[in-house]
Amino acid sequence: MSEIALPTRVALVGNPNSGKTALFNALTGSRQKVANYPGVTVERKEGVVVTPAGLTVRLIDLPGTYSLRARSLDEIVTRDMVLGKLAGEDAPRLLVCVADSTNLRLALRLVLELKRVGRPMILALNMFDIARNRGFEIDLDRLSTELGVPVVPSVAVRRGGTRDLLARIDEVNSERGLPQGLVEAEGNWSEPNAAELRAAQREADRILDAAVRMPGRPDSITRRIDSIVLHPVLGLVILMSILFLMFQAVFAWAQAPMDLIKSGFDGLGAWAGIVLPQGWLLSFVRDGVISGLGSVLVFLPQILTLFFFILLLEDFGYMARAAFLMDRIMGGAGLHGRAFIPLLSSFACAIPGIMATRVIASRRGRLATILVAPLMTCSARIPVYTLIIAAFIPARTVLGWFNLQGLVMFGLYAAGIAAALGMSWVFNRLLWRRDPSDPFMLELPDYKRPVLKNLALGLLQRGQIFLHRAGTTIFAMMVVIWFLCSAPPAPADATLPAINHSLAARIGQAMEPVLRPVGFNWQIDVALVPGMAAREVAVAALGTVYAIEGASDNSDELGRTLTAHWSLATALALLAWYVFAPQCAATLGVVRRETNSWKWTLFLFSYMLALAYLAAFVTYQTAVWLGAG
Amino acid sequence: MPAVARIAGDDAPSGDTQSLGAAPVGFKGRIRVVRVRAGDHGLSAAELERRLIELGFVEGARVEVLHQGLFGRDPIAVRVNETTVALRRREAAAILVEPDGG
Repeated sequence: MSEIALPTRVALVGNPNSGKTALFNALTGSRQKVANYPGVTVERKEGVVVTPAGLTVRLIDLPGTYSLRARSLDEIVTRDMVLGKLAGEDAPRLLVCVADSTNLRLALRLVLELKRVGRPMILALNMFDIARNRGFEIDLDRLSTELGVPVVPSVAVRRGGTRDLLARIDEVNSERGLPQGLVEAEGNWSEPNAAELRAAQREADRILDAAVRMPGRPDSITRRIDSIVLHPVLGLVILMSILFLMFQAVFAWAQAPMDLIKSGFDGLGAWAGIVLPQGWLLSFVRDGVISGLGSVLVFLPQILTLFFFILLLEDFGYMARAAFLMDRIMGGAGLHGRAFIPLLSSFACAIPGIMATRVIASRRGRLATILVAPLMTCSARIPVYTLIIAAFIPARTVLGWFNLQGLVMFGLYAAGIAAALGMSWVFNRLLWRRDPSDPFMLELPDYKRPVLKNLALGLLQRGQIFLHRAGTTIFAMMVVIWFLCSAPPAPADATLPAINHSLAARIGQAMEPVLRPVGFNWQIDVALVPGMAAREVAVAALGTVYAIEGASDNSDELGRTLTAHWSLATALALLAWYVFAPQCAATLGVVRRETNSWKWTLFLFSYMLALAYLAAFVTYQTAVWLGAG
Repeated sequence: MPAVARIAGDDAPSGDTQSLGAAPVGFKGRIRVVRVRAGDHGLSAAELERRLIELGFVEGARVEVLHQGLFGRDPIAVRVNETTVALRRREAAAILVEPDGG
């Protein structure tokens, strides 16, 4: 044994919904770091905790699993980490298996399987207070003897609820001395077959029978809630109402902080204009760096609001119900019930949506979701939609009830959803006909009261991930696009705005013959180039091309200019284009990373481009034919 | 030994068993056999069988069909001992159950 006091690595393993992450948060507080495992996009959560005896523990929270027989990317990480086979990672010296005390049956089978790995292990009976309140009688000593591992109760949500666990880690450490250095533990575990799994589950059932007395009746609160929210008709109505409220909140709550961020960056840009001399440096700092970052960061409030709801519903236990309710509807389009949450996230931004597809086990199900997620109307499309609708669609009441502008907005959202479902159906027919779909099997956990601390930590992490991305990939893209829009500099005697002389203008003019049949003039084509960085930047770019000072501040004025330059047919065609167009280079980047394939990224880009062209073409030609040209 | 082993030992489905895949909401019973026939499940029969077992669908377990979806009465939510699991009727068809009191 070596005497260097390296921090001891301890891994938390457990079933999904065992409260593992809540326990991790309780143990490590905010001393945690979220990153990705190298090469894969599975989130790697690590934190530091010091035990009462002074042992420094590097705690790692592994993705939830029912078995070491891994299927999804998440589960593969768990298996390889437990077995000590994950490249670049130290093997854990101690496993803490976390189990929901009210739902021990499947957890005990996992404990039996984990024992075969041969690492020191502690079983933490989480939510022990809930189990006791509901009338569970758990004989800890008996359970420990039967399983052959130390068993401790834990309550993640209460102060001091992790004391027993920490004390036991110390005890295990002093009794055996946790193995130091490289730990080889594989060899004892091999993938169990059905007979072995059956035998293990029977053994788990026997131990459960011997050590735990359960209350006669199941959790009546969960039953009562489910009888309403899983009602075949009422359940769907409730789900739709929740979604409606969510979107209301995303737009209503996020508006004020978004305005604040925007004016903050505008102020920063103005300040740069005072401090820096005129020239390329000012242009780079103000139009490249500040406005580039600002145009992405402005979406942070919407993304956080949406994730607040998603995390809240997830913590409560509703998300699994939503997947249940939507499975058949999405299944008709060849999507997995679990694709629901990724697609929902894509309404804020396709990037977190695509990253959330990791929970889908089959490659085919995951790929189908990734391919259609960018069709969901992300919030970056909204500024473009708003601008064009306000300028071209009269604010008229139709059918006595509906605002025409609102109807068009709704229609654009509906078109995105319909396209996502339709394309998924087509892909399943054309690409994966011989490859039937992955079965939908999902545990519906008992409802739990959401814990503020977990919500706050979850939101903080979402925010960090987004900011990190904005600071790296997206920022780099913005700089490239700034370069295209400002180089070469306009000649001194230029009368047109500088962008008209740039590389972007040349690209736009080169695109013009191709895009003329869909009704786009070269100014639109130029705006599409910076629109590749982030869709909404196209609004600012249109302003620049039409030489309006501060166009993005005064969209009324820009709107009037557009009405003077464009026909209604062109405006409608641009809306249709925006529903489908594969814009936003950051999305393409994340698709590349998540699919690990240029081929699929290129495929996504081409099919969306083809759809956008087709939709804009049909819209433009129909509108011209109807006399709106 | 608990009742679990005795029932599981009797592997042959008898007349009073039915498929969980066809069970209506409110059905209560015990699992007699989990046996997946090769079919279009998207995975091999052996793999589906293992996944069902990992979610607790083991011979002898108590089951109750709690909820079903609107379209095609699919998927279903099944209480398996102390756990609730959602799955489609197509996969549930691999689970043969014996109704309570039958």
